Amino acid sequence: MDLQIALLLGQDGITNGAIYALLALALVLVFAVTRVIFIPQGEFVAFGALTLAALQAGKAPGTLWLLLGMGIAVAAIDLTLAVRRGTTRRIPGIVGWNIVYPALLAALLWLVKPASLPLLAQVLLALAVVVPLGPMIYRLAFQPLAEASVLVLLIVSVAVHLALVGLGLLFFGAEGSRTPAFSEGNLEIAGLTISGQTLWVVIASLALIVILYQLFERTLYGKALRATAINRVGARLMGISTVMAGKLSFLLAAAIGAFSGILIAPITTIYYDTGFLIGLKGFVGAIIGGLASYPVAAAGAVLVGLLEAFSSFYASAFKEVIVFTLIIPVLLWRSLTTRHVEEEE
Amino acid sequence: MARAGQVALVAFLLLLGAAPLTLGEFHVTLLNYIGLYSLVALGLVLLTGVGGLTSFGQAAFVGLGAYTTAFLTTAELPAALDGLGGSPWLALLVGLALTALVSAVLGWLTLRLSGHYLPLGTIAWGISLYFLFGSVDFLGGHTGITGIPVLEVFGFGLKDPRHYYYLIWLMLLGAIWLTRNLLDSREGRAIRALKGGTVMAEAMGVNTARSKVVIFVVAALFACVSGWLYAHLQRFVNPTPFGLHIGIEYLFMAVIGGAAHVWGAVVGASVITILKQWLQDLLPQIFGASGNFEVIVFGVMMILVLQRAREGLWPLLIRWLPQPAEGTPPVPIAAALPRRAVPAAGQVLLEVRDVVKKFGGLVANDRMNLQVAAGEILALIGPNGAGKSTMFNCISGVDGPTSGEIRFLGQRIDGLASRDIARRGMSRTFQHVRLLPTMSVLENVAIGAHLRGKGGVGAAGLHLERAEEARLLAEAARQIEHVGLAAQMFEQAGSLALGQQRIVEIARALAADPSLLLLDEPAAGLRFLEKQALADLLRRLKGEGIGILLVEHDMDFVMGLADRVVVMEFGEKIAEGLPEAVQSDPAVLDAYLGGVD
Repeated sequence: MDLQIALLLGQDGITNGAIYALLALALVLVFAVTRVIFIPQGEFVAFGALTLAALQAGKAPGTLWLLLGMGIAVAAIDLTLAVRRGTTRRIPGIVGWNIVYPALLAALLWLVKPASLPLLAQVLLALAVVVPLGPMIYRLAFQPLAEASVLVLLIVSVAVHLALVGLGLLFFGAEGSRTPAFSEGNLEIAGLTISGQTLWVVIASLALIVILYQLFERTLYGKALRATAINRVGARLMGISTVMAGKLSFLLAAAIGAFSGILIAPITTIYYDTGFLIGLKGFVGAIIGGLASYPVAAAGAVLVGLLEAFSSFYASAFKEVIVFTLIIPVLLWRSLTTRHVEEEE
Repeated sequence: MARAGQVALVAFLLLLGAAPLTLGEFHVTLLNYIGLYSLVALGLVLLTGVGGLTSFGQAAFVGLGAYTTAFLTTAELPAALDGLGGSPWLALLVGLALTALVSAVLGWLTLRLSGHYLPLGTIAWGISLYFLFGSVDFLGGHTGITGIPVLEVFGFGLKDPRHYYYLIWLMLLGAIWLTRNLLDSREGRAIRALKGGTVMAEAMGVNTARSKVVIFVVAALFACVSGWLYAHLQRFVNPTPFGLHIGIEYLFMAVIGGAAHVWGAVVGASVITILKQWLQDLLPQIFGASGNFEVIVFGVMMILVLQRAREGLWPLLIRWLPQPAEGTPPVPIAAALPRRAVPAAGQVLLEVRDVVKKFGGLVANDRMNLQVAAGEILALIGPNGAGKSTMFNCISGVDGPTSGEIRFLGQRIDGLASRDIARRGMSRTFQHVRLLPTMSVLENVAIGAHLRGKGGVGAAGLHLERAEEARLLAEAARQIEHVGLAAQMFEQAGSLALGQQRIVEIARALAADPSLLLLDEPAAGLRFLEKQALADLLRRLKGEGIGILLVEHDMDFVMGLADRVVVMEFGEKIAEGLPEAVQSDPAVLDAYLGGVD
């Protein structure tokens, strides 16, 4: 291997690593706030990319039907509860977010012909379709089980993943999609060509990390999430709704996932089930951080990206084997350095 | 087992035996697959429903069994491995050994961490092995291995699926028998205790890490056998049926069927297999496209089951069976277990010297000293937050002291694991009752006698340890009578009143035949008469030569009972002596003024 190839592989590794880092952050966030190990994170990556591709192809994305359907389901449950408990003042909000919003979005997509819009508008529309699925999934699948053990939540998480993969196949078919790059230009630095999309990925990831940091440090909602992560009961006593915290963390995770998918769709072909492997690599990063530390998780994710890039050069058939076997020494290291604290059920 | 249950079981076995004689080939094949899947799901029942752990990687263990036999029975082996080739039965042994090795290593790595690392580790392992099967040349890559020989039993070739059916279901029934035997034994109680948290089980002398690895290995071995059967049924293997999504499906079978019951595995495997068959025909017609759309239904079904009926279908089904008539089982009677030598009255059992325990900057125990002698009741009292529980945890080995030493019967025990301390003859109860609510009082108390038996997992599975088991249960029954709960012996522990549950905890501690008993607030929540009965019991135990260390809030209870009292405040000992002397000590009065609980 010469330097040129090493630099190219490094560039690949960092690009993918940046995406894994974003996903790792989302996974740590969701786990800290809700104790859910968020396996369906990868489906949001695929849904984001494929929804954008569908919009660009002038088709109605299947995720829109999912949004409409889940909206109706959430509204039906929440309205029944609101009537039964007499909290009628919540009704406008429930109807607004779960029925009116998806309907308006569907009308908008039907009216404006997204295929002819500029890329930025298409990206925003794709996010507008996919991101609200996050809190809806929390409401339907996880909220009724919020006090269950991590194990039960994990099994539910896997069940949601499975259902979403099946729906992905139904919506988008078995063929993959690739979207046009954000910019066609390349950058030459000291003889090394860096593609425009790579720069986009790295810069956007860094920007998103900074935004998340600001959110957690500066805003009341961010602080509420941190408080819930540290002590659920304590946060509740301070008037923080754990339901709100759960939905908010799922909203952020969905946004990060969908945006990651949109970022990498020009680099790799995305299939309905691609997201799972991408999400799991974010996981390996998150586990390196012990599902607790944001910076270590991000660094771990970049490491996974680099390892993947270099192993695809040396032993491409064993790329996935190498990446997922990495988790074994990581677990060994963690098990030797962590003192086990028992979870009280 | 109750009479009605036996009738149902016999009827089920007769139906099972007759099935291939009457059903068509399609349905026999379906039943074959149900049997194969049930075997894997059975392992998950043991792991998830009973042990509270889980694995998404069982399909990979199935693959390990299938590929081992496929490779060994078809490939031209190098000279070094020549002896292993050819025979499927030898290949089964090799596969089992390989699976045991892999699962033991994986389990040892992940089970030391909190519960969710095992499933995550198995996800990664499931993916790795799947890709490995697909990319290694000598395993045939994604096309797989063909030409796997027909299985022969005593020279009779099992080529017809109807014949193979009997092998599959005999293996499954054998595995169910082993599992039921295992759960109904000393090791089984240790495994069932895992769900109640490891602190209690460890305090009773159970090596919980070992128990967890054991059930993970057993579950993997069942999966391996299923894979071996699969390979010789299909007579070719490729990576597809061993991927992660199939591993997830196995877990769904166990959870939907009822993960806490061995028959839940068979119910779950049947439901999922039949439903899958049906949905795979139906859904592509509805959606007008081909694909594995049944996963959508499975996913949603799984969420609903976990939200609405977390115990799965089996408990719902069993309601339709005739209920067994109520009747009290006989009280177990057997020869007494050997006892440890009783220390002479007045001999020092426990000695705590200058023990300091710090949590970061907080000093929870500061140079604590105390002694307990055989045939003595020492009460440790103090206001809330005085450090009594920390002291208790240091002595019982839940947490080691920062400095200082603790001696039990002359030997240092500070820093030892709580199960090693239990082995030396110290037994404890918990402030917050830690019984297994769905197990009977008898079984709960028998956990306390864990260290007095030796029967291992193998002996338990084959029920070779019945004599010892009878003595353990008889000992538990004796202790229950000892504490005066004979009438409740066969009731579920969770159905007892709190006061009675505390007494069950004492019986459990006594079943370990301790020299020293540590009691953490045994009188809390007890009514006046119950307190009197408890005090009588403790006096009797003291008379038998047992030393008792009592942490208590209830002053009246302590003053009438204890021989000596140690008072703590802010982590330090502020007074020690006879109850009357301590009661009038100015420092004690000061500590308690305005702050008596």
